[in-house]
Amino acid sequence: MTTILFIEQVLNGLQFGVMLFLMAAGLTLVFGVMGLINLAHGSLYMVGAFAAATVAAATGSFLLGLIASLAAAAMAGAIVEIVVIRRLYRRDHLDQVLATFALILIFSEGTRWLFGSFPLYLDIPAMLSGSVTLPGGIQYPLYRLFIIGMGLGVAAFLFWLISRTRLGIQIRAGEADREMIGALGVDISKLYTVVFALGAALAGMAGALVGAIQSVEVGMGEPVLILAFVTIIIGGIGSIKGAFVGALLVGLIDTLGRTMLPIAFGTVMEASAATTVGSALASMLIYILMAGVLIARPQGLFGAAA
Amino acid sequence: MRRETIINAALAIGLLAIPLWAHVTGEIFTITLATRVAILALAAVGLNLALGLGGLVSFGHAAYFGLGGYAMGILAFHAQTFDPIFTWPFVFEGTSQMLVIWGVALVVSGLAAALIGMLTLHTSGAYFIMATLAFGQMFYYLFVSWPKYGGEDGMSIYVRNDFPGLNTLDPIQFFLICYVLLMAGIFVSWRIARSPFGLALKASRQNAERVETVGITPFRIRLAAFVISGMITGLAGALMADLNRFVGPTMFSWQTSGEIMILVILGGVARLYGPVAGAALFILLEHWLGGVSDYWLAFVGALLLLVVLFARGGLIGSLAGREVAHD
Repeated sequence: MTTILFIEQVLNGLQFGVMLFLMAAGLTLVFGVMGLINLAHGSLYMVGAFAAATVAAATGSFLLGLIASLAAAAMAGAIVEIVVIRRLYRRDHLDQVLATFALILIFSEGTRWLFGSFPLYLDIPAMLSGSVTLPGGIQYPLYRLFIIGMGLGVAAFLFWLISRTRLGIQIRAGEADREMIGALGVDISKLYTVVFALGAALAGMAGALVGAIQSVEVGMGEPVLILAFVTIIIGGIGSIKGAFVGALLVGLIDTLGRTMLPIAFGTVMEASAATTVGSALASMLIYILMAGVLIARPQGLFGAAA
Repeated sequence: MRRETIINAALAIGLLAIPLWAHVTGEIFTITLATRVAILALAAVGLNLALGLGGLVSFGHAAYFGLGGYAMGILAFHAQTFDPIFTWPFVFEGTSQMLVIWGVALVVSGLAAALIGMLTLHTSGAYFIMATLAFGQMFYYLFVSWPKYGGEDGMSIYVRNDFPGLNTLDPIQFFLICYVLLMAGIFVSWRIARSPFGLALKASRQNAERVETVGITPFRIRLAAFVISGMITGLAGALMADLNRFVGPTMFSWQTSGEIMILVILGGVARLYGPVAGAALFILLEHWLGGVSDYWLAFVGALLLLVVLFARGGLIGSLAGREVAHD
């Protein structure tokens, strides 16, 4: 019994981890290339989820909803970049944090005004509902496997994009030396808009995919955003590989901790106390991991030494 | 006299005179608004010390605000139930004495700030912002998943705590307590800004290498400032809990951190009375815009965006001129 539970939780952790990766990858790209810390990344996640829920409800097609989430988040990202973010690259981190925090307030209240305070629901498409039997007789929801597959697919796509394409070369060059690639004739401001929109699209896609298993509501993005920050601190800022490893670590440790710790404490103390202590400690586990990384390797597991 | 000094005096006198006038005319609600201004300003005075003077962009000050609040909540809760908080290694009873509560709030938030500061102050820039934000969120989840003290719902404290010789349930008397503490907080940060310690702190913001070459460790200076900053914000948390007679995990939420930071920015970073101006403006906006639209925070967002993009220096900066750099 417990091995089945364990494998299920590992899969849940993976699913959570790959979604965190979609968020963290965009954040870390934007930070790496433009040196910008973007608190409004969670708002783009929310925009994606709302776009998917609206379009899926209107057309009845989950696929169209997913495409809408990518398009809407990328568009919102591009607009925000052109109107606001562009003015912030040369500012200090304090100004960036404040301006993007202001954007969160505007996005959240704007969405509340448009859609109301009640959560929307995004249904899992019929094709992906139900569960499959994995080897070993484990029943697991098909949709969650689909999310894991999508996440891994996007990760592979990103690694390919960064290492094998012209845009990837420009992104890497932008991380190394912005002025030089400008001098070599790359249109920097266009590159920045593209990178920002790419990160936004990833966030929007994560919002849509997660939106189908949770509710779509105002404020859904920020808890994920903060976990993505934890991911980036663990993985190392600016590194896609670090974001990937960090996201899987955070996803697995958080998910497994929440199930396993109360059980583990249950072996040494009575059940209700074990649940309380176990779940309280489990809620802190990833932050303790982050603290450990900050002590042992402040630049993160895959970050370049400062 | 410098224009900033005149503005500061006007803020200090205005914040005292308005609730006194409201007391005479019997407008209790205005006194409560002024009390909120004083408490939020105190929280922002704490952050302003780290952010303005030290250049430490902490997006996790809600942690200390919340810890101060829960120090009050937990002590008062145990005073209500006559059940000691712990009995080992010594018996620690709950209390409804504000003076004791403030002491506990200061100690607890100071310890938390020391711990978080030790972990995060070796990092800088975006890392520091993200790490403080994350540790703040850790406390949020800790208190959400801790059912004994209300969990997600928080807990109500039915009687306001006592202060010797005063009737704390009388709005004007409670306001005066908060006002005196706010002035004490401002006095402390004024003294620090002029002390060798404060000068070293400012210098390590501007050029840490040079500070190191004269034999001062920026880390230790920053850590000390961060702890004092957290303690002041924690004290404000205890007062806010007493004003609302309620504590809940939203005190720890990242929005609270953001709001405390907004107060500092709207008023003017590193300005002595910036937090007071910012808190007064914020409460007025909440009061006026909140009456006009449910979505008033969007307007605060737009205002904040404009201040950041075009009016650096905040309210006091635009009134008194001479921008203070915060690089």
